[in-house]
Amino acid sequence: MSKKIFSGPFLAFMLCGTIIPLGVIAYYGITDRSGAFTFENIKAITTGEHWEALMLALMLALISTVICLLIAFPLGLILKDSKLGKKGFMVFIFILPMWMNFLLRTMAWQVLLEKNGIINQVLGFIGLPSLHIINTPAAVVLGMVYDYLPFMILPIYNALIKIDKNVIEAAYDLGAGFRQVLQKVIIPLSVPGIVSGITMGFVPSLTTFAVSNILGGGKVNLIGNIIEHEFTTGSNWNLGAGLSLVMMIFIVISMALIEKFDRNGEGNII
Amino acid sequence: MRQMALIELVDISKSFDGELVLDEFNLKIKENEFITLLGPSGCGKTTTLRILGGFETPDTGRVMFQGEDITDLAPNKRQINTVFQKYALFPNMNIAENIAFGLKISGKSKEYIKDKVKYALKLVNLSGYEKRSVDSLSGGQQQRIAIARAIVNEPRVLLLDEPLGALDLKLRQEMQYELIRLKNELGITFLYVTHDQEEALTMSDKVVVMNQGYIQQMGTPEEIYNEPENAFVADFIGDSNIIDGVMMEDRIVKICGCVFPCIDEGFGKKKPVDVVIRPEDIIIGKPGEGILDGVVTSNVFIGVHYEMCIEAGGFEWLAQNTVSYPVGQKVSIRVTPENIQIMNKPQSEDEEALALDE
Repeated sequence: MSKKIFSGPFLAFMLCGTIIPLGVIAYYGITDRSGAFTFENIKAITTGEHWEALMLALMLALISTVICLLIAFPLGLILKDSKLGKKGFMVFIFILPMWMNFLLRTMAWQVLLEKNGIINQVLGFIGLPSLHIINTPAAVVLGMVYDYLPFMILPIYNALIKIDKNVIEAAYDLGAGFRQVLQKVIIPLSVPGIVSGITMGFVPSLTTFAVSNILGGGKVNLIGNIIEHEFTTGSNWNLGAGLSLVMMIFIVISMALIEKFDRNGEGNII
Repeated sequence: MRQMALIELVDISKSFDGELVLDEFNLKIKENEFITLLGPSGCGKTTTLRILGGFETPDTGRVMFQGEDITDLAPNKRQINTVFQKYALFPNMNIAENIAFGLKISGKSKEYIKDKVKYALKLVNLSGYEKRSVDSLSGGQQQRIAIARAIVNEPRVLLLDEPLGALDLKLRQEMQYELIRLKNELGITFLYVTHDQEEALTMSDKVVVMNQGYIQQMGTPEEIYNEPENAFVADFIGDSNIIDGVMMEDRIVKICGCVFPCIDEGFGKKKPVDVVIRPEDIIIGKPGEGILDGVVTSNVFIGVHYEMCIEAGGFEWLAQNTVSYPVGQKVSIRVTPENIQIMNKPQSEDEEALALDE
């Protein structure tokens, strides 16, 4: 009995912080302004502007996730074997930005990338043509990669260091070269971490509106921006909630994937 | 038939973080030999194995394989396979895939691989386990799969790094016989590493006793047990009484003030020596019947025999006998001359340190 009392605050938190808001979103999502039941808000995802924003968000999230993966996996391999990595110092350095407010980090990129920003000043100074990627999808992808890379590195690194060193040595011992060891042993054994990392990078990238606002300058309209717009300036909470419910499908799919590949909770950082 | 050394380690030195693990280590391994490196942890035996497997590079010295220098050859290029201490099976593959790993890498045909896997499983008495997962096997079964995985590749040499360390006593004994059988059936050279002296004596053709990066003694199990060359070997292999003695003249040694006849010669006169007497070689009799009189101070039944401590001549003798003598009983002890093993005292302090360690 007494143990149940201790879980009370957490249950209350879950109720007020997660379950009730979800219920409210669901309610708004399936009603119109007058409170009548409707599927219009959910169907709205298929209309031109919304559909385009969803596709663009999916594409940019996909690109940024692939880039993150291409950086994080080799990095994990290097950190795993390096002496510095063992002490966690290098990992710490790569994870450090994660503890800084991510709006600040994104704004920093804005300052760096601006037309007369630091990068272009330096480029101009050494006589190179200036870079015009601010307010383009490329800048948004850059921001996503920068913001979500640590979330990718950590689970992959965790999965990699858990692989028994003897198992890798056994593969070499049995005649496998580096590529075969990677292909047949290391990658299959780090799948939980990879899946976890992909989800941690993909879902926030897909739903972001801050990164696209700051680095897209209003010219890159993602589904997150549309939802934000409906809740704020658009004041159409019902439509915003309906689109949010659609986004939730992607989150549920991601969670299901983690559940499937990460049964032992290996790659999880939470 | 001239037996050329299959593997030769020449002047191998290796240190980790400034600590010397192997010092000018030399070893020759003949074809089709079951050779065991035996020693306490940290004696350099596993490092020797890893250098042979290609997982460590020696700081100095060469590794020769059939007369060819393979010191810098990568592990996957060596005709040597390893059975790891903790099995190291691939958890993402089933048993058949584990065993087939090396064969697939070397591009063997499907039919060949299938036959080989079947054969290897039969060899380790696990026929029909092809589709099982690694997790569903017990430690002993996993170890046998690890052995099967190594031997299907028909290596010239099989390295075994304390492969039975994690198994219980009964299983360990069974596996010892299994390994001897496998070695005889396959005709592969086995290099075995262990800290378990019983394992080493049971299975090996040749035992190499190591301590602190040096070979202490090399020989057949009988030689190692019956004629230890120094106090370290005597102490490490089996139980023994190591007593200070003085070699009075040839065939006469004085221990605890009493004269014991022995069979050793050539130590000189009045020379201090170490005397080794195995507990099972101490003959217990009635007071006055033996060379030294004493009293039993402890008595423990350990299975086949009783292990007793006998206080005699200012030394506590460890004795084993199938007859039990109760604590407090007055007895005499004697030893037949051929069971007294005389060893030179370590010459330098350095050697002494080696001998006294552990």
